[in-house]
Amino acid sequence: MTQILDPTDERAPIRRTLAARPGIITGTVALLDISKPRGDVLMDQLEAQLGARLPGVRFARYAKPTFTKPAPDDLRRRIAEECGFVIEALAD
Amino acid sequence: MAGAAIVSGRVSKGDIGRTNLNGLAPGLDQRMSSLPAFSLTGLDAQPHAFPTARPTLLCFVKADCPTCTLTAPLLEVAHRAFGHVADVWAITQDADGGVDAARRWGLTLPVLDDAALRTSYAYDLDTVPTAILADAAGTQRRRFVGFGRQDWQDLFADLSRQTGIAAPGIDWDAYPDSRPGCGSRSVEPGIAERLAAEASGDPLRARRIDIAESEDPFEFLFAQGFTDGLPVVPPTPDRVRRMLRGTRRDPQEVVAVVPPNLAPATVEKIAINAVMAGCTPDYLPVVIAAIAAACTDEFNMHGVLATTHFPTPVLIVNGPIRDRIGMNYRMNVLGQGNRANATIGRAVQLVIRNVGGGRPGEVDRAAIGQPGKYTCCFAEYEERSHWEPLHVERGFRRDDSTVTVYAGGAPTGFVDQLARDARTLATSYALALAATSHPKHCLHGEIVVIVPPEHVDTFAKDGWTKDQIRAHIQQVTTRPVREWVQDDVCAEGIPRAMAERFGYDTPLPKFRSPDMITLVVAGGEAGKFGAILQGWLSGPMGSTMVTRKIEE
Repeated sequence: MTQILDPTDERAPIRRTLAARPGIITGTVALLDISKPRGDVLMDQLEAQLGARLPGVRFARYAKPTFTKPAPDDLRRRIAEECGFVIEALAD
Repeated sequence: MAGAAIVSGRVSKGDIGRTNLNGLAPGLDQRMSSLPAFSLTGLDAQPHAFPTARPTLLCFVKADCPTCTLTAPLLEVAHRAFGHVADVWAITQDADGGVDAARRWGLTLPVLDDAALRTSYAYDLDTVPTAILADAAGTQRRRFVGFGRQDWQDLFADLSRQTGIAAPGIDWDAYPDSRPGCGSRSVEPGIAERLAAEASGDPLRARRIDIAESEDPFEFLFAQGFTDGLPVVPPTPDRVRRMLRGTRRDPQEVVAVVPPNLAPATVEKIAINAVMAGCTPDYLPVVIAAIAAACTDEFNMHGVLATTHFPTPVLIVNGPIRDRIGMNYRMNVLGQGNRANATIGRAVQLVIRNVGGGRPGEVDRAAIGQPGKYTCCFAEYEERSHWEPLHVERGFRRDDSTVTVYAGGAPTGFVDQLARDARTLATSYALALAATSHPKHCLHGEIVVIVPPEHVDTFAKDGWTKDQIRAHIQQVTTRPVREWVQDDVCAEGIPRAMAERFGYDTPLPKFRSPDMITLVVAGGEAGKFGAILQGWLSGPMGSTMVTRKIEE
């Protein structure tokens, strides 16, 4: 990974380019819990409802160690390797 | 509640390794840890230093955190119950130093300002509120984050034991079992890295941007809008640190406030853009001086940028630094191929684009623009003429290194291969300059003319000074008002009303005064071709040339 220093006055957030959106959902979808209370409840509901609509799709569960920090590199890499999609959810 | 904590009554992950202690842990005596000392200013404008030689309850808070709001009355109760024998402090992360929080929460206890977040960082905070109970020696007895009713009950019991004062009556049923806290401002993206850099002595403070392995850094920099349309060197921390070795100035010193956004340009921000432009560290002092010169009221960078006209900062470098950094002032002097000329001018443009926010189509309203808006920087061939170089004319010592910033247009070449004496050559200069801006525009402002070595020799042969050339240009271009006035053939020129005030027979020169004409020696040894860099509005209504000494 390359790290650079922001050449601007830092008033604006860094723009990220969205990945291309595929037309259909196949393969494995990551459900990433950011580790806030009741995040698992939300994820259970999501998995149940999406599973009913997308019977051929597999769901894999992941969780950040703490909601206060970005997902660690290893976790992001693992999700990217194992899944084609990711849904990240917070709750309270 | 974006960013809210799940951690309540639990030590966060970061705390475990650091303090090996939490509020519920048994065996306190074996697990105590000394807390970092600090001094913070309170709302009372007085310094408050920790440890205090009394039992102390510290609670880190921020105003927009609901759990901090829930906690605040307990802090106030603790202060009122134990305040005469113990210190109870709210440490706020808010930019206003806690003014708003103290008012909204009705606090009378000391509210200390940690907007700089250095104490929050030193205490390794993840979450607010974080409550810490310390003994008189400043040793931590308990610590918890978020809101936990049992945590607070235990804390009050502990304070009571330490002070021998009965715990105050609190309606604990009015409080929930637990509530998550909110993210500490000290771990927000960008801030955590800055605080870590400050703590480690790293000179870099700029926001760090991670580019994923799957992304091409060069494409990423294009996509962010950081470039002038050409690829830039990724400004990695290592490259920027190396660039900063080119100056003795403090990386956080603000060199200038850059239009149009009036953003402060620190030495570090200039260094970042210099890396991107392709500069080496020894060019950095020139870039810094050029930015300082361009961002003055006289030069009026905002106007230079915002006009639909052609100007851009043209940089003319004089003095010993020219050779030390290998600048070109000879063959192809305005052309490609010399790294210093190319990248110094480019760095200035990138600072204006990135720090100042001056981008084409936004505040940069140039209708046509010109190639010099990528870069336009050259040095004077001082040794090649019998004249004083530009910086000496402008009051500097010959052994000073300077950069002069001029709001110039694209170069226009002119030819005189046949003149063999100074007078006829100067006449060609005058005739070429007569079309500046428009043939019917008179009383023009600043203009820069590049005099090539072969023309210098012709002037030198007859011993002509720069002032003689200027005077001749004014003489040759002077015409009566009736020739400058607007008419049915050409709409440009002096308005008729003004012409009548002047009088139609009054002679007017092309330039407002001879000293509007700047003559700079540069170019290859062969070729009797001069170059004119047309100006823009000169004077207080527009831009005035500025020269700054380069501090190496």
